[in-house]
Amino acid sequence: MSGHDERPRPGYEERLQGFTGRELRPLTRAQDPVNQPMIRHWTEAMGDTNPVYTDAAAARATGRTGVVAPASMVQAWTMRGYAATVAPPSPSAPGGFDALVALLDEGGYTSVVATDSAFTFLRELETGDHVAVRETVESVSAEKRTALGTGRFVTTLKTYTDRHGATVATQRWRTLRFRPAPAAPPDAAPAPRPRPAVNRDNAFFFEGAERRRLLIQRCTGCQTLRHPPGPCCPGCNSLEWDTVEASGEGRVYSFVVSHHPRHPAFTSPYLVAVVELAEGTRLVTNLTGVAPDDVTIGMPVVLDWLTADPDPTLPVFRPAPTEAP
Amino acid sequence: MTRPPRDPAITATGAAPATTSACALPRTRAYAEVAPGDVLPELSVPLTRTLIVATALASRDYQDVHHDPDLARERGAKDVFLNILTSNGLVDRYVTGWAGPACVVTAIRIRLGVPGHPGDTLVFTGTVTGTSDADRQVEIAVRGTTGLGDHVTGTVSVRLPEGER
Repeated sequence: MSGHDERPRPGYEERLQGFTGRELRPLTRAQDPVNQPMIRHWTEAMGDTNPVYTDAAAARATGRTGVVAPASMVQAWTMRGYAATVAPPSPSAPGGFDALVALLDEGGYTSVVATDSAFTFLRELETGDHVAVRETVESVSAEKRTALGTGRFVTTLKTYTDRHGATVATQRWRTLRFRPAPAAPPDAAPAPRPRPAVNRDNAFFFEGAERRRLLIQRCTGCQTLRHPPGPCCPGCNSLEWDTVEASGEGRVYSFVVSHHPRHPAFTSPYLVAVVELAEGTRLVTNLTGVAPDDVTIGMPVVLDWLTADPDPTLPVFRPAPTEAP
Repeated sequence: MTRPPRDPAITATGAAPATTSACALPRTRAYAEVAPGDVLPELSVPLTRTLIVATALASRDYQDVHHDPDLARERGAKDVFLNILTSNGLVDRYVTGWAGPACVVTAIRIRLGVPGHPGDTLVFTGTVTGTSDADRQVEIAVRGTTGLGDHVTGTVSVRLPEGER
């Protein structure tokens, strides 16, 4: 199934931590000096119409001597380009970059995504500037579980310099190198909904639900309604109880829109609400037939039934019809 | 060795000089007129597949996840997604578009959240969170959200011309 041996290899952690403080990329000059065509490609793609990037007269009108490059573009000048990106990695290349990537690959961390970038700009770049960059490893994290998969955060510092060696910008850069979580096969049956934990105290509730009756526990000592079910009345301590059937009308007392964590039985985002029943007790339930943005506190709702794959049957609520009574 | 930071916005009068360009130069906000709590107008950027690929290539990022949907899926993403250089570029555009052409960007610090996939819309909002009289710098907190949640959160610092008192 998995091509990777996920057991820790002896010495792997030490080899990985050996990269801390190490130069990942020695001072590497950009392939091209800062130039108008590449600036134009950038600003057109970004939809950035600031004229100081492409119009020398406009740039001079702001006190500059000529066009400048967008600050955020500094990293683009020193990208390695297409040919180097598709070339096979060579662990003997100068600097530790390919060696670190090879070591991470060995650990199964074959995918990469950037997570943080913190730039400080010391001056603007003008056409004719020629940028170089060097990169040093600050840290390699312990293995972390993330939404994308299990991986390690690699934090580096990139220092950008001009042709005189003066620093023009620095960038703290963090990437997640991760083992992709296996994708669910597209034709897989959806996961069954999590089963309720049924016990002697709450069995009546789920048995009622199977018959599409929403039952509320009632103390036969003091007639107080209570939910969730429990063995003892919190008011009079009586252990005697029976049930009443709820009318199915209520109001949204509170709700959340759940985006994470995801569960294969649920389509995210979904709505979890506390509904206050007309009888006075509240219950945690799902809202259905309404978009998250349209839910409001106090909104009238009515009972509906969800039959999950094909059991259990569970109470859910949908917006009450809005016709005048 | 280090050149002192050049500040194009400063002139003898302390304000950005009038435009001499044929096209009208957008106005630049003066430091004096900006205060913490100021809210930037929203900016919506539709994330088309073409934009995602065009910005990746304009930033010289040839990682397959930014242009090849099959390989992106193989690597655990649901489709191609915006690269971080573009997230930086769009945050830069959002803030400098508000501040005006004479502003100088001094810092962009971002954290990436959910990916930006084709078909979604990236909506930027921002608030001025700090000002620094000594160097006329303004810090703006920026958030870019898609239908999935926060794509990018962070802060941008810009230096503004002094303006009239």
